[in-house]
Amino acid sequence: MSVRDLAVARGGVPVLEGLSFTLAAGRALVLRGPNGSGKTTLLRTIAGLQPAFEGEIEGAGERIAYAAHSDGLKSMLSVTENLRFWAQVFAQSDIEPALDGFDLRGLEDRMAGTLSAGQKRRLGLARLMVTGRPVWVLDEPTVSLDKASVARFAEAVRGHLAGGGSALLATHIDLGLDEAEVLDVTPFKAAPRVSALDEAFL
Amino acid sequence: MIALLVRDLRLAVRAGGGFGLGLAFFLIVTVLIPFGVGPETGLLSRIAPGVLWIGALLACLLSLDRIFALDWEDGSLDLLATAPLPMEGIVTIKALAHWITTGLPLVLAAPALGVLLSLPPSGYLWVLVSLALGTPALSVIGTFGAALTVGLKRGGLLLSILVLPLYVPTLIFGAEVARRGAEGLAVQTPLLMLAGISFGTLALLPFASAAVLRINLR
Repeated sequence: MSVRDLAVARGGVPVLEGLSFTLAAGRALVLRGPNGSGKTTLLRTIAGLQPAFEGEIEGAGERIAYAAHSDGLKSMLSVTENLRFWAQVFAQSDIEPALDGFDLRGLEDRMAGTLSAGQKRRLGLARLMVTGRPVWVLDEPTVSLDKASVARFAEAVRGHLAGGGSALLATHIDLGLDEAEVLDVTPFKAAPRVSALDEAFL
Repeated sequence: MIALLVRDLRLAVRAGGGFGLGLAFFLIVTVLIPFGVGPETGLLSRIAPGVLWIGALLACLLSLDRIFALDWEDGSLDLLATAPLPMEGIVTIKALAHWITTGLPLVLAAPALGVLLSLPPSGYLWVLVSLALGTPALSVIGTFGAALTVGLKRGGLLLSILVLPLYVPTLIFGAEVARRGAEGLAVQTPLLMLAGISFGTLALLPFASAAVLRINLR
């Protein structure tokens, strides 16, 4: 997947501009930057939830598995039912590796609403494994996770990369991924723009 | 698609708000009418088709804001939008799930509630037919309204204001089918109009709903 001269906007106002990078198979890119710098907007744009303000994104679309701040879990469904639903949506059938990869064994029949915040997060991340998609786009994936769960998540990402996948993550935590490069988005903060209407008034 | 329908039906059954709330409201409205207009059976039997239709319409309205709100709140709407499902298909399945959990129980309950309003015997079939044909349109139009207001705080009131005027043609022809049927008159014209509205909304509105949902997700 690659982006060229990408500008992304929040509420019609550009927040990042001039972004260009390539994400090769087997590689991860970690986005860094202060709160409000536009990391989430960038990830939502790459996931296809909003259009790019300028520039091009290639190789995304149907190859993206997106994980946002919210896990998209149904509290009235069990762990297995939640995972099976997403597997069916993505035309997959095997949820066992996801249960193993995120230590959800023993919780299969528990309703998602009765899980702790960390367990819910693990279940939300396990959903990525049942999508079968090669590019993981993850927004603050380690929120609510304890140290052991962060290590387990890093292991899952490593496994995904080893299988030829790639990952784009916005996180403030060092996951210890040798395959990862870091991109600080701060220098790409968009300059204030003067609209044609403002220009006419000026 | 089937997985989404099964999930929504399962959630409706487990949450208990789908089947029960609309039916209970429908029952209460139907029971209250004779208290308001008096027990005269002649008057009640004349207004019964319209009352049943208005009751069904309002009961349908009650659960519209839940069509997308829950998925919006827990983030699954974003995830569905990035899934390999067309947005038009998602909104159609949502409308279908709403109809099965809300519209269909109303259709099945209406003849029984007609007894409380002294509905003439010839009217039962046509109340059932008109509601079976018209309530899918209520769900599809309501899904459009829900897509317009998803993410808005206190969007329920705005949803009602947006959707109720759009329900008027369905109500007019639906109640007319039931009224004419109850009086033994020909029902062909309003029945065809009602079918036209239902099929028309089903053919066009999912595209409009999907478009506004995409905009609201930005």
